[in-house]
Amino acid sequence: MEPIIFAVIVVSAIGRISGLGLAIASKVMAVPVDEKAERIQEILPGANCGACGFSGCSGYASALSKGETTNTALCNPGGNEVSKLIAGIMGLDAGEVKPSAAVVLCQGNNRNASKKLNYSGVLSCKMANQLFGGPKDCIYGCIGFGDCVEVCPYNAIHICNGVARINPINCRACKKCINVCPKHIIELMPLYEVKAAVLCANKDKGALTRGECMAGCIGCMRCVKACESGAITVTNFCAKIDYDKCTGCGKCSEVCTMKCINIIDLNKIVSKVI
Amino acid sequence: MKIYISILLTAILTENFVLSKFLGICPFLGVSKKLNTAVGMSTAVIFVMALSTAVTYPINKYILKTDYAYLQTIVFILVIAALVQLVEITLKKFIPALYNALGIYLPLITTNCAVLGVVLLNITKELNFAQSMFNAVGGGLGFMVAMVMFSGVRERLESCDIPKSLQGLPIVLIAASLVSVSFLGFTGLVDGMFG
Repeated sequence: MEPIIFAVIVVSAIGRISGLGLAIASKVMAVPVDEKAERIQEILPGANCGACGFSGCSGYASALSKGETTNTALCNPGGNEVSKLIAGIMGLDAGEVKPSAAVVLCQGNNRNASKKLNYSGVLSCKMANQLFGGPKDCIYGCIGFGDCVEVCPYNAIHICNGVARINPINCRACKKCINVCPKHIIELMPLYEVKAAVLCANKDKGALTRGECMAGCIGCMRCVKACESGAITVTNFCAKIDYDKCTGCGKCSEVCTMKCINIIDLNKIVSKVI
Repeated sequence: MKIYISILLTAILTENFVLSKFLGICPFLGVSKKLNTAVGMSTAVIFVMALSTAVTYPINKYILKTDYAYLQTIVFILVIAALVQLVEITLKKFIPALYNALGIYLPLITTNCAVLGVVLLNITKELNFAQSMFNAVGGGLGFMVAMVMFSGVRERLESCDIPKSLQGLPIVLIAASLVSVSFLGFTGLVDGMFG
């Protein structure tokens, strides 16, 4: 037999065998693809933030398509729009996503808060927190090294004068910063509603707090007395506002001795820019 | 036993596929940006290298022999590509966890030159089957070492102040060449140990 013919036979035979093998294998071992899950995953923002409580966007999509959850409103970054689209695919009622944005509960910037040490280690809140609770006198407040800035997928957080500030326009309420903050002082606040917020988390006694920060809550109870809707409670010398009860009247802010209660109107900020 | 260790060390250090043979540069530059993708890719490379060696060795020995050695390249590409596709389908069906980990990387390396390189070099070096397997796994491990090291270098590069004209691929190529030069230091190591 001529060598060239043998070569042709060998190559074409191997090609045919492997082609046939692949064709059979793809029939025999075909995995049924969940079409609904794929379509939902295309709609979801793809930030894989985990705000929904599932392992990323694909986890939420497959949970929805398998009927493990019927709540279409779990995706904070996607908001109402995504909720409606998912509901359309699944034939469910669209849940209402309450638009919200994260807020850092601290005003201890370089002017207000005094320092107890000059930190020169790794610039990370998590690291600094292990060394006497950070460089500031107040061990409850924002350290300002920007762990939250690093983790924010939407570039919404910046360090302003030593304190993290969140831009409500960019914030998608994915809760990544809330989980990473070693001081646990970031929380979600309703967007498009006027609410009062205590921008302090200091749980020391009043006199101590005064020494640590010029804008710290001393637990003087004046806001509690001024509030007409009973939304404010003081525990551990720090006021806390129930956003469901708060009407945003602003009386607490007027009487606050330390000026640490702010009326937050995220809507105003958002509409001003847009 | 000695020869297997020497083959393994040679493949990892002195004759590293990426850093001294300059094979598989495409995935080396493409997926070394982050550590976890680098590890995923290298695991897939080890897997595919071992698998393709196991399959191409008998083909070469019993079908092609020496008369048809010129068919090696085309036949091996054909076989490796088909085989990796088959493995991908099988993994998807039976081991979805492994498929999720390696899935995206497997098709990327089906026709990669490092994979083809390792099977062709096994033949040129006239290794037997067990030695070929060691060479293949060693080559894959060497690829992993290079990838993991280089992903560390690249993560550092991210935070460096790089001149504008060198930003992006140019500085990555320069860094790769420096890492490659450092691997020249291993020359003669294995010979010295076992020679």
